[in-house]
Amino acid sequence: MELKGNAHKFGNDINTDYIISGKYKFNTIDMKELSVHLMEDLRPNFYKEIKSGDFIVAGENFGCGSSREQAPLVIKHAGISAVIASSFARIFYRNAINIGLPLIEVPTDNIEEGDLLSVDLEKGIVKNISKNESLNIIPLPVVMLKILQEGGLVSYYKKYGSLESINE
Amino acid sequence: MPNYKTISEKIFSDHLGREVVAGEIVIVGIDFMMGQDGTSPLAIKTFQEIGAEKVFDPEKIALVIDHNAPSPSEKVSALHKMMRDFTNKNQANFYDIGEGICHQLIPEKGHALPGQIVIGADSHTCTYGAINCFSTGVGSTDLAIAMASGKLWFKVPESIKIVLEGNLPEGVYSKDIALYIINNITANGATYKAVEFEGPVIDNLSVEARFTISNMAVEMGAKVGLMKADEKVKEWVKLRTDKAFKTYEADEKANYEKIYKFDISNLEPQIAKPHTVDNVSPISEVEGTPIQQGLLGTCTNGRIEDLRVAAKILKGKKIKSGVRLIVAPASRDTLIKAMDEGVIKTLIQAGATVVAPGCGPCVGTHNGVPSDGENVISTANRNFKGRMGNNKAFIYLGSPATVAASCLEGKITDPRKYIA
Repeated sequence: MELKGNAHKFGNDINTDYIISGKYKFNTIDMKELSVHLMEDLRPNFYKEIKSGDFIVAGENFGCGSSREQAPLVIKHAGISAVIASSFARIFYRNAINIGLPLIEVPTDNIEEGDLLSVDLEKGIVKNISKNESLNIIPLPVVMLKILQEGGLVSYYKKYGSLESINE
Repeated sequence: MPNYKTISEKIFSDHLGREVVAGEIVIVGIDFMMGQDGTSPLAIKTFQEIGAEKVFDPEKIALVIDHNAPSPSEKVSALHKMMRDFTNKNQANFYDIGEGICHQLIPEKGHALPGQIVIGADSHTCTYGAINCFSTGVGSTDLAIAMASGKLWFKVPESIKIVLEGNLPEGVYSKDIALYIINNITANGATYKAVEFEGPVIDNLSVEARFTISNMAVEMGAKVGLMKADEKVKEWVKLRTDKAFKTYEADEKANYEKIYKFDISNLEPQIAKPHTVDNVSPISEVEGTPIQQGLLGTCTNGRIEDLRVAAKILKGKKIKSGVRLIVAPASRDTLIKAMDEGVIKTLIQAGATVVAPGCGPCVGTHNGVPSDGENVISTANRNFKGRMGNNKAFIYLGSPATVAASCLEGKITDPRKYIA
């Protein structure tokens, strides 16, 4: 799975309320309607800056806060192909894998706004094409890669009818 | 070689019928599962998408309407209806508006027991760790798969131990301890880990006060905030259910990634300043900061003990003119108890506004959205920018006593001067 796009850079502790504010996320489960509010409190109209395939790049503890899956879902629906961060909060991490949004944990200090990046999930490599740099990531655990390759936990469950084979 | 284990490792091993250690990824049966109105509609949609026809065991599932209760709009009402229809069709447990906050209800109704594995589609599900239950927050897809199959995948977490020593000074509460710990460990210092709290300070706290600490474990990134089940916990649980349960203690030589020791004998009341929970100061550093609104309630501090502490400070006094104090009891039972004891009357006479048991003001959906530039002092667990519905407001977090004292004076106030 190779992904390519430009970086949109954010800081540390980007919480789920910043990703999609509580005042919207209770009103609807239509992600198309919600995704225009992505990161609105931090960058108004951010959704207009996204070209399909781009990356969100952030610092430590991305996705801290609420358990609401609306957060990874709006990122995915806005056209972001993966989130690259120094570290992730655990419920967000779990939710993202479950809904089929790849997450890449790697030091992000050297990645700047607008840098062109490519990501190979299986090999575990992030390339900063703009800076001609390669970053080695720890490849995802097999279980999570399996879920991602099936397009998320829903597709996985539909295909196999249970979770039992996930650990084989 | 002897095999020493943490509480989490023991609970998972017993559930799986084989020995597991931290780091393993396992598929495990879930004892109870919960969703609230912010997460259940998506879970129901996913449940339908995977082609599930009925839930695996209706007795092990509860949906709670607490975040937007009562509904403030027709869109929200449609989502609430979806939850009513789903639980009705499946004969699952359902708590409608006015019943209270999920994290109060699930243990209060005897759904979460010591030694169990419980999931909730809400991040503060880590709260029931205070009664020795491995409880953790998940998302809607996880809830949907669990409602269909009764199982979920988990990494057995590594553990961190936090030992609390000394004696809690008067006017200082478990909320202050929680903020102090998060300040030391930081907002992501326990990410992916189970935290075990122990020591004489925990032993001396009531079960209610312990919930406050476990509730905030997720604010340091933790998966669960576990405590052992002593006699107080066993009694508390037995008052709420006659189901049998098993309790777990860690082996002394269990493998912890880190052990922290804090002596809290000289702890001051603590305040988390905008806009992160780990941006904490002793109250002396922020005293005098003007506030326009107070919030007493939430899954952190909306229990009867919390309301009593505030009422004691406010009795016979009036909150400062121009300040709003919003009180949201954690559950219907809490509200009734507070009415019986005269606590609600005291709070209302002091100028407070009591709203329906639930989460509204904390998440900024309705019932108390602050205006631009206003400061709020709240007993909640989060002070993110925009959290209460306005990204131009500023949220400070403190104990119920701190909130009550601050509303009296219209500025952040050390509650110890009001506690004889």
